Amino acid sequence: MSAIDQNKIRNFCIIAHIDHGKSTLADRIIEKTGLLTSREMQAQVLDNMELERERGITIKAQTVRIVYKAKDGEEYIFNLIDTPGHVDFNYEVSRSLAACDGAILVVDAAQGIEAQTLANVYLALDHDLDVLPVINKIDLPSAEPERVMEEIEDVIGLEAQEAPQISAKTGLNIEEVLEQIVEKIPAPQGSPDNPLKALIFDSLYDSYKGVIVFCRIKEGRVKVGTTIQMMATGASADVVEVGYFGAGQFIPCEELSAGMVGYITASLKNVRDTQVGDTVTDANRPADEPLPGYKKVNPMVYCGMYPADGAKYPDLRDALEKLQLNDAALQFEPETSIALGFGFRCGFLGLLHLEIIQERLEREYNLDLVTTAPGVIYKVHKTNGEVIELTNPSNLPDGAEIEYMEEPVVSAEIMVTSEFIGAIMDLCQERRGTYISMEYMEETRALLKYDLPLNEIIYDFFDALKSRSRGYASFDYEMKGYARSELVKLDILINKEEVDALSFIVHSGTAYERGRKMCEKLKEEIPRHLFEIPIQAAVGSKVIARETVKAMRKDVLAKCYGGDISRKRKLLEKQKEGKKRMRQIGNVEIPQKAFMSVLKLDDN
Amino acid sequence: MRELELYVHIPFCVKKCDYCDFLSMPADESVRRHYVGQLLEEIRQNAPVCKEYQVSSVFFGGGTPSLLSGGQTAEIMEELQERFQVRQNAEITLECNPGTLTRQKLALYKTAGVNRLSLGLQSADHRELQKIGRIHTFEEFLESFDLARKAGFSNINVDVMSALPGQRTKDWLYTLKKVLELRPEHISAYSLIVEEGTPFYERYGEDELRRQRGEVCRDLPSEETERQMYELTREILADHGYLRYEISNYAKPGRECRHNIGYWQLTPYLGLGLGSSSYLEQARFSNTRKLEEYLKGNWNDLAEILETVERQKGRADVSCGQGELVMLDKRAQMEEFMFLGLRMTAGIARKKFQKLFGVELEGVYGEILRKLQRQGLIEQSEGRVFLTEEGISVSNYVLSEFLLEVETSSSE
Repeated sequence: MSAIDQNKIRNFCIIAHIDHGKSTLADRIIEKTGLLTSREMQAQVLDNMELERERGITIKAQTVRIVYKAKDGEEYIFNLIDTPGHVDFNYEVSRSLAACDGAILVVDAAQGIEAQTLANVYLALDHDLDVLPVINKIDLPSAEPERVMEEIEDVIGLEAQEAPQISAKTGLNIEEVLEQIVEKIPAPQGSPDNPLKALIFDSLYDSYKGVIVFCRIKEGRVKVGTTIQMMATGASADVVEVGYFGAGQFIPCEELSAGMVGYITASLKNVRDTQVGDTVTDANRPADEPLPGYKKVNPMVYCGMYPADGAKYPDLRDALEKLQLNDAALQFEPETSIALGFGFRCGFLGLLHLEIIQERLEREYNLDLVTTAPGVIYKVHKTNGEVIELTNPSNLPDGAEIEYMEEPVVSAEIMVTSEFIGAIMDLCQERRGTYISMEYMEETRALLKYDLPLNEIIYDFFDALKSRSRGYASFDYEMKGYARSELVKLDILINKEEVDALSFIVHSGTAYERGRKMCEKLKEEIPRHLFEIPIQAAVGSKVIARETVKAMRKDVLAKCYGGDISRKRKLLEKQKEGKKRMRQIGNVEIPQKAFMSVLKLDDN
Repeated sequence: MRELELYVHIPFCVKKCDYCDFLSMPADESVRRHYVGQLLEEIRQNAPVCKEYQVSSVFFGGGTPSLLSGGQTAEIMEELQERFQVRQNAEITLECNPGTLTRQKLALYKTAGVNRLSLGLQSADHRELQKIGRIHTFEEFLESFDLARKAGFSNINVDVMSALPGQRTKDWLYTLKKVLELRPEHISAYSLIVEEGTPFYERYGEDELRRQRGEVCRDLPSEETERQMYELTREILADHGYLRYEISNYAKPGRECRHNIGYWQLTPYLGLGLGSSSYLEQARFSNTRKLEEYLKGNWNDLAEILETVERQKGRADVSCGQGELVMLDKRAQMEEFMFLGLRMTAGIARKKFQKLFGVELEGVYGEILRKLQRQGLIEQSEGRVFLTEEGISVSNYVLSEFLLEVETSSSE
């Protein structure tokens, strides 16, 4: 396998709006090229995280190498990199794109172009990729390939007359896609004789092999024994193994050279030495300058994560470190809460990212977590000229010290059919949006542009959007910047004691509403005690909402006879067990799920 | 000789009441006859294992034991008398429902040695009776009660139920008044429990949840009303000479139900019949709950169970015979001593605790007792610990406090 003709390599990814059939197409390509028989295929080969299959989404970029015998009689090597579709994971998309020379754009023949279709195409064009459009799901009765073809040409400006019209589900016209990959996606550039430059686009910790670095070789070559150096961190190590990606497995090979996609394992002790986006070079023959890398994305949403069992604090730290390895967007630092003890303030790309991490911590690391309400980074301008970046509401300085505050704002693009424009505009208005523009893409569909405060969309904007458009609206956003805003800290007092883990920052105009909902929700979650418990929402010293958990007056098992004793014991045990999962605040016991239930405050 | 109580389960009734979650069902005469035959077999097989024990009480529960013919009941009693050592003064109770009693039956009970009857009335109001799915009227109850007295039964309990759907405090007091007019020796007054799996749960389950949250109910009396009914019951019955000796039980002095007190004082008992539970040698176990199994003769083999218990002593629970065999270790016994004993108004004696377990009550529960006393839920005097009125109202919380941590808990 040593001498691979660079001209016979195609490195590409598949991009699409969520649900347009990206993973299905990837599966079909793998199947058609004979890497696996259809019998061996589990549906969606590339989504190998349990969580991904369950939710039907791709979270982590996955890579596979396949061999295709084209109609010209030559064998081509395809490196296919599957990418996530959700807006939260644009960062992952960006990483994958940097390793490719071209992209297949999948568009649903019935739905046409959606907000993420656009966002992903722009991202691909930013990386100078050649984009090959494919129209999928033409087997659907509602498919309108002609209309979609025109849309691709009009809206994106891509030549689409030759776009393969396929059904990834049934396998129709997949060959055409494979042939066009050969014809239209350029072969990689770069010379194997130049000094080594390899871009790290992912990494993974394996308990046997140690750190596995996923990279695209842009220049030069690397093999077992090469002493490599990371250009940003300076770490160096001897290569133990190089190889490429089979379906779900690593296949070692002799050498990786310019144009190839593969992995490197080296005697790297410290996982922090290999940063995604860094350039790997040959320590004995270093490159002059590193590759440009790609845009680093910073977390936009923060929340506190605490182990339900305080003793699991070190376990939580270990788990976060492991996850961070190949999820550079995840950030965390220790913090303490009066209510919840020791934990971490964690940063995420968005709410879905937060949920995924939370679920992975719970499933893969068996941790029971308490999560506080997510928030964004606020800028607090103090009267003394100092500016604080606030991620934890508890750290908000005293009102007298604050000159003004700023909150992050995003530019949002919402694609919606005309009948729902009114409803969606109402929604944006309610979420304190600023109207920017509206363009009709075609007669019945429009692209709405709004500036929206980030903290208005991190909770449930996506759900609200879907329900108010009966699922027809699609949405994408990017950070715009900061804007001055009237913000207040909403505190929750339970039995007159402030619970720090329940405080959050909110716009003054919605403080009353949010406070009221919080109190109602907490009233449902907090069990009755022997005494009455007032629940109050306050801004500063002013109480703006109040609910009461009534005192428990009667809780008796009227009857208890011989046959009943084991059963009654179980009942009492359940009662006692319930109390163990509570947090003691003053003399009130609050169930852990109360801290999380406040995340979902939306009606219905 | 060691004391033993016998419980005999008769799982048949004319029609299941809407609130009932006991193991009972309607069945025709041939099934009942078959059942009695198997029950007699079970007694013959298992009684010899208990030759070390003296039986201090027998309780026929159900279902409706009085649904059996007088002859069948007498046959079972004779078998018990013959195979077990039943004490001369043993308390022998039979549960009856109005409408199933006749003069002949009562006479046969009497000769068979039954000396206590427990009559299910539940309510003296006709509409209430219909609403909860009872098959008899108040008049039929009066007739049964009268027959029982005439047959010479001088120790009778009447079961009544408060906090029925739609019931107001004055409706409840009416039932109490009607019962008091009869001067029974014992009154069991239960607050309705809406049990899962019953027609009542379908009808009132949601309402019950509302009540548990302290919200306004639709059909069930509110928490406050329920509590008021309970307090009035205690006061009124006390004024008439009935003392509350357990959360839901009231008796004229000396007429407390010894059999039930046994349950709360960890006296060993043997269950006979379908689904019946036993507590012997610090182990809890029970018979199959499936009638077809029981009718095939698949009841517990007591000798085998006690062997397993002997082998397992001090070890974990095992499954045995028809179900789970729960071995009570010392910790579990202490817990049960407390949460069962505290159901009685006399509470528990510190001395007895020490005698049974070889440790001071203080050493095990000192901290919890102090906390509960501070909260006004228990009181301690003359070497005894008992619940206060407030403590009885929230007894689930109080009793659950006596469950001990299995592992030493980490300090927080």
